[in-house]
Amino acid sequence: MLKQTPLNAAHRAAGAKMVDFGGWDMPLHYGSQLVEHHKVRSDAGMFDVSHMQVVDLKGDASRAFLRQMMANNVDKLTLPGKALYSCMLNEQGGVIDDLIIYFMREDWFRIVVNAGTAEKDLAWMEVQREKLAPQLTLSPRRDLAMIAVQGPNARTKFWAAMPGSQEISEHLKPFQAVEMGTMFIARTGYTGEDGFEIMVPAKAAPFLWQALQEQGVAPIGLGARDTLRLEAGMNLYGQDMDESVSPLESGLNWTVDLASPRDFIGKQALTSQPVTRQLTGLLLLDKGVLRSHQKVATAQGEGEITSGGFAPTLNQSIAMARLPATLAEGETVQVDIRGKLLNAQVVHYPFVRNGKRLVA
Amino acid sequence: MTTPADLKYTKSHEWARLEADGSVTVGITHHAQELLGDMVFVENPVAGRKLTQGEECAVVESVKAASDVYAPIAGEVTAANGDVENAPESINQDAYTAWLFKIKPDNAADLGTLLDATAYQTLVDSEAH
Repeated sequence: MLKQTPLNAAHRAAGAKMVDFGGWDMPLHYGSQLVEHHKVRSDAGMFDVSHMQVVDLKGDASRAFLRQMMANNVDKLTLPGKALYSCMLNEQGGVIDDLIIYFMREDWFRIVVNAGTAEKDLAWMEVQREKLAPQLTLSPRRDLAMIAVQGPNARTKFWAAMPGSQEISEHLKPFQAVEMGTMFIARTGYTGEDGFEIMVPAKAAPFLWQALQEQGVAPIGLGARDTLRLEAGMNLYGQDMDESVSPLESGLNWTVDLASPRDFIGKQALTSQPVTRQLTGLLLLDKGVLRSHQKVATAQGEGEITSGGFAPTLNQSIAMARLPATLAEGETVQVDIRGKLLNAQVVHYPFVRNGKRLVA
Repeated sequence: MTTPADLKYTKSHEWARLEADGSVTVGITHHAQELLGDMVFVENPVAGRKLTQGEECAVVESVKAASDVYAPIAGEVTAANGDVENAPESINQDAYTAWLFKIKPDNAADLGTLLDATAYQTLVDSEAH
């Protein structure tokens, strides 16, 4: 039996093609994945992301606990509502999950983890909590649903759908959140566009969905969610990184704080291992479609595509690939697609941000 | 969308049409494009290539996945549809107009081994359940 979000009936009523996504019954698309992709880049779309797990960490020494647990440094969070993207590592320096931490109060941090890793994450966090900070509580908020509204017009349309929300949320900077009654409004997302991720009590989710739809916000499936995040150069857990690789070989150096003297789980391993690979962007120069697991031949050795696909905004195929660390941007590499070697260029990513192409 | 009665079909979701000049035009079915979603890339066989029945000979790629296309009958490729290579989305618009390639059959009677519209529709209906 697949798990359902509180918006399951709304997806079916909208004619969604439903798929099994890690044990969840989720919408792949509502007709055309390409149309949905362009809608988010040019206007506004909404995603049901209620399968993701919200976890509330409460208690006086919450920050000290997170300092030890996270590769990024929670001391960067000083303003209430401010969010931080981080990896949670194991002792070997492998990535258990990537997540977002919201600092609400010194005795309350909210963590949002991936759906597919939620149980594993909670078990790991529980073990560490017992050991490091038994006075704290960790509460998975299964009573909450989450809707992401993304696109250049997303915030305006959300404000129109939800009276009173503009005054409360228009001052939010990117990666900042605020509460409005039982609603939690965060200026975050997974598309490279402006917008909000909104947490609401499960029962209220269909009403918010409906109100957004009345403002012309289109429902967007997981298919477009993937092409949008790939264009935006955002990692997908399980594909671009997992427990077997270091964040330093996954394009996530910017999220790992090795500068402060602070110790954290996995730090020892990270600082003692040589970094021999890097995550780079690829732009396919020949005709075809890059896909994950295709092999890449380079002058510096072999590599592999971790995420690939057709980029609707660029009308070209792009990928993220794990390649030798010595390889430079601008170099041409060969990707093995069904036995044919096609040319691709190593490029800096993100590929697209705020509707604009960033690669030459 | 109805399954055109004048075409022949394969279990792997290709359609084949015998033309007046004796050639056979090949494409993928409406059901196939619906399963694959938005098409973004087509790779056709080159003219002159000899195909055996059931041979992998073309690839269609959607935003979701790559899918092989199999030769419905044996023969020699006489033409590939460049228009559909340049505009793969035309397959989504009308799968029975957006043909992929044409074959000069080794033996036109091979068409008799394929499914007719009724049998193909039954197959599609059974896959839906």
